[in-house]
Amino acid sequence: MNIIVCIKQVPDTSEVKINRETNTLIREGVPSIINPFDLYAIEEALRLREQHGGRVTAVTMGPPQAAEALKDAVAMGVDDAVLISDRAFAGADTWATSYALAKGIKKVGNFDLVIAGKQAIDGDTAQVGPETAEMLGIPFIAYIRKIEQVKDNAMVAERMMDEGYDVVETRLPALITVVKEINQPRLPSLKGKMKAKGLKVTTLSCKDITGDENQCGLKGSPTKVVKIFPPAPRGQREILSGTIEEQIGFVAKKLKEQALI
Amino acid sequence: MSVQVIPDKCTGCETCVSACPFGAIEMRDGKAFITEACTVCGACVEACESKAIEKTEEEGTAAAKDLSAYQGVWVFAEQHKGGISSVSFELLGEGRKLADKRKAKLSAVFIGHGIKDKAKELIAHGADIVYVADDPALKDFNDDSYSAVLTTLAALHKPEIILAGATAIGRSFFPKVAAKLYTGLTADCTVLDIDPETGNLHQTRPAFGGNILATIVTPHHRPQMATVRHKVMKKAERNASRKGDIVEVKFTTAGDVRTRVLKTVEEVSETVNISEADIIVAGGRGMGTAKNFHLLEELAKTLGGAVGATRGAVDEGWIPYSHQVGQTGKTVCPKLYIAAGISGAIQHLAGMQSSDVIIAINKDPNAPIFSVATYGIVGDALEVLPLMIRKFKEIRG
Repeated sequence: MNIIVCIKQVPDTSEVKINRETNTLIREGVPSIINPFDLYAIEEALRLREQHGGRVTAVTMGPPQAAEALKDAVAMGVDDAVLISDRAFAGADTWATSYALAKGIKKVGNFDLVIAGKQAIDGDTAQVGPETAEMLGIPFIAYIRKIEQVKDNAMVAERMMDEGYDVVETRLPALITVVKEINQPRLPSLKGKMKAKGLKVTTLSCKDITGDENQCGLKGSPTKVVKIFPPAPRGQREILSGTIEEQIGFVAKKLKEQALI
Repeated sequence: MSVQVIPDKCTGCETCVSACPFGAIEMRDGKAFITEACTVCGACVEACESKAIEKTEEEGTAAAKDLSAYQGVWVFAEQHKGGISSVSFELLGEGRKLADKRKAKLSAVFIGHGIKDKAKELIAHGADIVYVADDPALKDFNDDSYSAVLTTLAALHKPEIILAGATAIGRSFFPKVAAKLYTGLTADCTVLDIDPETGNLHQTRPAFGGNILATIVTPHHRPQMATVRHKVMKKAERNASRKGDIVEVKFTTAGDVRTRVLKTVEEVSETVNISEADIIVAGGRGMGTAKNFHLLEELAKTLGGAVGATRGAVDEGWIPYSHQVGQTGKTVCPKLYIAAGISGAIQHLAGMQSSDVIIAINKDPNAPIFSVATYGIVGDALEVLPLMIRKFKEIRG
């Protein structure tokens, strides 16, 4: 069973702090990491390989430095790494990102399953998975928390929903996105780290994937960001004083005034 | 469009570097340099005091469509086992406003099985037209069949705007529709506004865990698609005497359905799903043990709310993941959020800081949770909660 894992390099938001005066992000010294949700995707791919054999290929679209994220994936045990990178992809929104990814995945070819994390922690859109599936012309299932069975070109899995979960069956090849409940990602092994060190990442340009430049990057993106601004400061913030009973009494009165209790 | 630095004017002050929300500006040879991460948002143009950064508006979109052919506002009316989801009424309320500003019709797309009779409820809440796809094959949510129905209808009737709730369902199948129609989709919007002249929808959404807001438009593609957060828009008022058309849509694409739902299991342990709850009582590691979570349950029950938790509490195994609020859990915006024994890591704040009223209870007066709290109580949650439960019970009788 050959699996492609889509990953994204993101800033480690647990290291990002906010300047409360200017309401901007303090980015100095913030390291880049593999999007945390994608670690579950990598782990699940490795587990499926252990059960069914085959190869696992990590794919990302991004600037040249995104190769670092691919090396981290190889250190975890991924077999091959492909970087889809070209100046033409710069400024891509979710549509144009999915276009490049789908083209790149087709170029890699020979896969039974594509796995990605539920969403990336910098954009939080959760759109690139389903859009890529649509462009690849393969079925899509979101929020997988457990793969129950893979057999005869079909897969049965549990999909988390707002009210509980569904057991869903899909034909393969398919693209799935996974949630954190699915597994506990492994740490990179020493052997993996050695392999990553010497690894030459395959890079695919826009031409390599036969991309239409009009559908790539900023040019191909239907959405445009027109404004970025800090949220309005919250209403008054108050640290209460007095005894615990007095503080609770005050809160109760305020909530009652606002008809919240 | 592109953003360029005029090297002669750049003084190397680095103001733009910290102003860029995407980290897309570097200093090279003492001058600002725009890297590939640039999204042309223009934040640097405004920040630059030397006017050394320019945004140019060259039009590069080859696939420009005839935008005037697209008219009307559509909402995807989500239902669960035949009950219309509350977010559907919020979308109708917001959709009505947008349609009125554009002097256009508001339509609802209603997909499921055994739901035909409920379509008039959507009209009573503001829809002029309801497209109903009622078929046994549409009983369960299925990405293939739902997106086939909506894509076909949208290609035929060409709406200017299509909205859905940012729910598990909306966020799963809307991107497939946008991909197929080659159009823009903006996730998780909290504010929508329309330019009455151009019809451009100004879609504002939080990014970077709610620390920054971005306004996004889809200038050259239609329909403009967006998913909208729960509990942000006002529900439409019900008026049973409103008139509208119900159009039945035949579902004929069963052959293309490659996935099927074998079983549906309801699993949320309390009465309410946290993304729908008006009141959430949440706990973190400061609660100490799984047993202490019963205090949160009791307070939630007293207030008619749901129980939430931090990643820490979920990782300890005190409560299932479906209750997790924050970046790797759910984003919520209830009317009241009570945070007990939660220090307020940035990932947790990202999931709850847009709640209307936030009450924080924590021993440490310097805990970051107090920076977003409407009212902060400095004290041990295990001491405060029982007193709070007693007081609130007294008030509610």
